[in-house]
Amino acid sequence: MPSATAAAPLSTPETAGNVVYALSNVGKTYARNAVVALEGINLTLRRGSFSAVIGSSGCGKSTLLKIMAGLIPPSSGRVILQGKPVTGARRDIGMMFQQATLFPWRTTLENIVLPIEIRDGRDAAKAAHGRARDLLDLVGLKGFESNYPSELSGGMAQRAAICRMLITEPAVLLLDEPFSALDELTRDFMNMELQRICTSRDATAFLVTHSIQEAVILSDVVYVMRPRPGRIAEVVEIDLPRPRTLDMITTPKFGTLVERIRSRLDKEAFK
Amino acid sequence: MSASAAATPNEGAETVWAETTPWYDRVPRAISMLFLAAVFFGLWEMVTRLEIVSPIILPTPGETLRDIVLVGRNLIAGEYMLAALWITIKEVIYGFALAMLIGFSLGILVGETGFGERAVMPYLVAIDTMPKVAFAPLFIAWLGFDIASKVALAAFIATFPIVVGTAAGLHAADANARMLFKTMGASRWQTLFKMKLPSGLPQIFTGLKIASVGVMAGAITGEFLGGGRGFGELIRVASTQLNTPRVFSLIIYLSIVGMSLFGLVVWIQRRFVFWHKDRVVGGDL
Repeated sequence: MPSATAAAPLSTPETAGNVVYALSNVGKTYARNAVVALEGINLTLRRGSFSAVIGSSGCGKSTLLKIMAGLIPPSSGRVILQGKPVTGARRDIGMMFQQATLFPWRTTLENIVLPIEIRDGRDAAKAAHGRARDLLDLVGLKGFESNYPSELSGGMAQRAAICRMLITEPAVLLLDEPFSALDELTRDFMNMELQRICTSRDATAFLVTHSIQEAVILSDVVYVMRPRPGRIAEVVEIDLPRPRTLDMITTPKFGTLVERIRSRLDKEAFK
Repeated sequence: MSASAAATPNEGAETVWAETTPWYDRVPRAISMLFLAAVFFGLWEMVTRLEIVSPIILPTPGETLRDIVLVGRNLIAGEYMLAALWITIKEVIYGFALAMLIGFSLGILVGETGFGERAVMPYLVAIDTMPKVAFAPLFIAWLGFDIASKVALAAFIATFPIVVGTAAGLHAADANARMLFKTMGASRWQTLFKMKLPSGLPQIFTGLKIASVGVMAGAITGEFLGGGRGFGELIRVASTQLNTPRVFSLIIYLSIVGMSLFGLVVWIQRRFVFWHKDRVVGGDL
């Protein structure tokens, strides 16, 4: 099992104090049809790091993310977040999906404070309006507080979704292809925005994506997955300097990294 | 448009686009509706003038209009017809309220619980496929000739669309919304009231609109079969006296009540489901 050994250096004692997330030997077998979706997943996320997982459809990325988020239980292995095992929905997890999933009967501001309203009630949500406004300012949506989602563009809606994710000040951000429904120009721009937001808040982020370029430009570490059963095939450290900029895409180093991931994905998909 | 065309350097190249909408699709709505009404009354007048149908069976438009005015006067004066109409309106309102109470409860049971979906729904479908007016004699036998039996029949007919609309509405929220609520650690009630029910309001209102039409049919059928002193009884009496103009004019006033109820539901929907543009026929009335 090369995956276990490849991931091992990240969880050495020197980095242990910095570990936010630790997954050890996580597997998932769906009882209904005995499909092994995941097997022997080991990974650790360091505080303030940005990691991405990439793989073809059906490689178990989404299953992995759901297990990390505490939405479904693993069949084997352990998931530890900030020293405590994940056994359900957690306050210190923020999540974002491909669709903004804003509720059309709520204004932008009301959508953003929804997680507070669910957890601590209406009064706490009201009290969080100030923080929500600060977040809107951070993502460049100032002035859209009382607009309804139908009045926002796709990119603006995802910005609002970022605010909703950040309002509870989660320790880790789980991002499930957050910008893949946007057009390419907006997507590139939003990726740079995401980097800026993550840096400014020293956020720990974990991104699921189909795009090699997106994974490389944003991440410190890229986990390449292979399907049937879903495993980590290779761990690629991205040692490009920060802050990353879009013109890095044309540098030879970037090209080498993209090529390395692409060839690995090809090898796994067609063998 | 002409200003911007003139500002472009090659103004000689200005092209006129062919009109693609045919003229009959561009006629204003009011004129189209008036046209249809004129055709309808014209044909009616012709049929009666030429005595194609016996005047006893089909009165002339003029006769009918005169009787509409007559009934209208009686209603405005607050005479016996208003009392009868009020009885029918009460049956409709009580029936609709009862249908909503039972419909929402059963709808949530069916839409929210596996038990409801697997065990309750098949029975509801079975009952729904029965001709519900056939139950009228039973309701009369159980509840008597007073308004209770009419309310029961009206509610019986109106309940099913509300159940189906509510159950369908609860399934309308997408997988991401459910996942989001799960990540926020929402309780079952929070998920129901803050996400599933609001997401399902368009379907719920579709059910309410269908129910608002059915409730009137139930009340009138109940009055036909169970007597009483409502508007349906007036229609029954008028028809046994071969007073066809009266039957027509009473139906007109009933339909005003029906349209008001339907309109009220549409108005509430517009107010509370402002984010959803209803394109179903009737929703745009």
